[in-house]
Amino acid sequence: MTQVLDRPAELTAPSSPAERTARRRALLEWIAVHSLGVAAALFFTLPFVFVFLTSLMSDSQALSRDLIPHTWEWGNYRKVFDTPGFLTWWRNTLLYAGLGTVLTVVSSVPVAYALAKFRFRGRSLTLMLVISMMMLPPQVVVIPMYLFWARQLDLSGTLWPLIVPLAFGDAFSIFLLRQFLMTIPDEYVDAAKVDGCGDLRTLLKVVLPMARPGIAAVALFQFFAAWNDYFGPQIYASENTDAWTLSYALESFKGAHHTDWNLTMAATVLVMAPVILVFFFAQKAFVEGVTLTGVKG
Amino acid sequence: MAAAHTLKAKHRRSALRTLAFLSPWLTGFAVFFAYPMISTVYFSFMHYDGFRPPAWSGTRNWTYVFAHYPFFWPALRNTLWLVVIMVTLRVLFGLGIGLLITKIKTGTGIFRTLFYLPYLAPPVAATMAFAFLLNPGTGPVNSILERAGVPAPGWFDDPDWSKPALTLMFLWGVGDLMVVFMAALLDVPKEQYEAAELDGASAWQRFRYVTLPAISPIIMFAVVTGVIAAMQCYTQPLVAGKVASGVIQGAGTMFEPGYPEHSTLTLPQLVYNLGFQRFDYGSACVVALVLFALSMAFTALLMRRRGGLIQAGD
Repeated sequence: MTQVLDRPAELTAPSSPAERTARRRALLEWIAVHSLGVAAALFFTLPFVFVFLTSLMSDSQALSRDLIPHTWEWGNYRKVFDTPGFLTWWRNTLLYAGLGTVLTVVSSVPVAYALAKFRFRGRSLTLMLVISMMMLPPQVVVIPMYLFWARQLDLSGTLWPLIVPLAFGDAFSIFLLRQFLMTIPDEYVDAAKVDGCGDLRTLLKVVLPMARPGIAAVALFQFFAAWNDYFGPQIYASENTDAWTLSYALESFKGAHHTDWNLTMAATVLVMAPVILVFFFAQKAFVEGVTLTGVKG
Repeated sequence: MAAAHTLKAKHRRSALRTLAFLSPWLTGFAVFFAYPMISTVYFSFMHYDGFRPPAWSGTRNWTYVFAHYPFFWPALRNTLWLVVIMVTLRVLFGLGIGLLITKIKTGTGIFRTLFYLPYLAPPVAATMAFAFLLNPGTGPVNSILERAGVPAPGWFDDPDWSKPALTLMFLWGVGDLMVVFMAALLDVPKEQYEAAELDGASAWQRFRYVTLPAISPIIMFAVVTGVIAAMQCYTQPLVAGKVASGVIQGAGTMFEPGYPEHSTLTLPQLVYNLGFQRFDYGSACVVALVLFALSMAFTALLMRRRGGLIQAGD
């Protein structure tokens, strides 16, 4: 009897009983592992499924305990879009997330580069301060910051108090970029210097092209941070519905529609969907970023 | 002489260069961190309601927060609950899912994506979703539980169940830990497993004596960052409480935080409650400093450990 040659020895010709047990055991393990996998997959996906199904229910059915819509009310999504302010909240969210991300990257790259490649006194201290700032919740400094933006600059009711600080480096982005730049060998930087490149030119022409995955990860994280931010808009934008972002406005759907979960869930889907779409297009950069935050410096 | 001179000039130039590259962050540090930090300490000793000028009040804000403010100790107790129970469960579950994904051989990419996706759900959206899924009236979870004959809890409407409901939601979003543990598990040298197997070690013994020691720095990292995140937990408990209680904003700021019965209060919510609902900026700054001290204590732990944790030194 001929067997496929490149199979591992224990999987070919189950002649001895010991080999047969080993094979059966491997099969049982495969079944156990994949059943667990399916169970876990259900736990992780069913919430999305139920939310989506409810978003398509009629008003009366949304008050029932049914799990599956009788009629598929795609018009619910139209109603969400027609909510006064909804398009403004979209625009505000894109402004905060888009402009904020550009500012964060532009201001954080040089700082991260200096921390990764320059030798100077106080470098460790600077990095420690960056990490400390990264670990601080915004609530710690919010009272003076609010008084500064609202009383001195009269900018409450806008998103500028959230966007402008991003032009001065974001601690988490600096840290993540620095971790990434550390993985670029110094030889490239030195070679550019030998070729007569100044520091800025070295950064722009040599380091940046190599740091593209790191920059992509930072941009994604910052975009999502702004998209997801609730506390910032709550402090600075709550008084002016024209300055709300989607994440902040979402709960108002529950207020406006009382117990109608269908429209609230349709709005919830619309807040989740862009994030998940972006993830699918940039999966690699994202997972890389998550692991970078954990690895050693 | 001339050589020393040019050396000095070179040093100065390189210092200026460093300063130039660091300047965005240095400005940000001064304006958005150092100044407000000093200011927070200052206000914590002031009586300030935002209308009349601040007036020195000594330690009155401090005694108020610790002795008379009714929300402080409940919030700290809730935080402790989250730190002990939620963080432990999340690390164990993250490790379990990480192990599972390294064992899955068929369709690994699809499983990994499905396991990871909930982590990406925006916090407010995830909370709205769980407020719906777990609502005792029409929620699918309780419908299914009742059909199965299991007594259905009140979740976000029951003070005993609101934190377990939050925990369930945080377990759902365990994708970050899964990725971190997965990377750590794949880094464990294969030879060690083979050697252990030759010595006749069982699956549990291999896990206990090969896997665990190898990934313990990552477990430590997950625990410490988990503790910091639990202390700073804000959006999810706040939104869950507001949606379950039915008190939703317009632009309004008046709602009783921590529904039901203060069971979802956390420290950051107190800063909001004191500062922006009660206009007691001084006492809000006291809570902010407590939050600062706790965060820094655990961040120091994170930076001091060598190995898999963040290393600030070179």
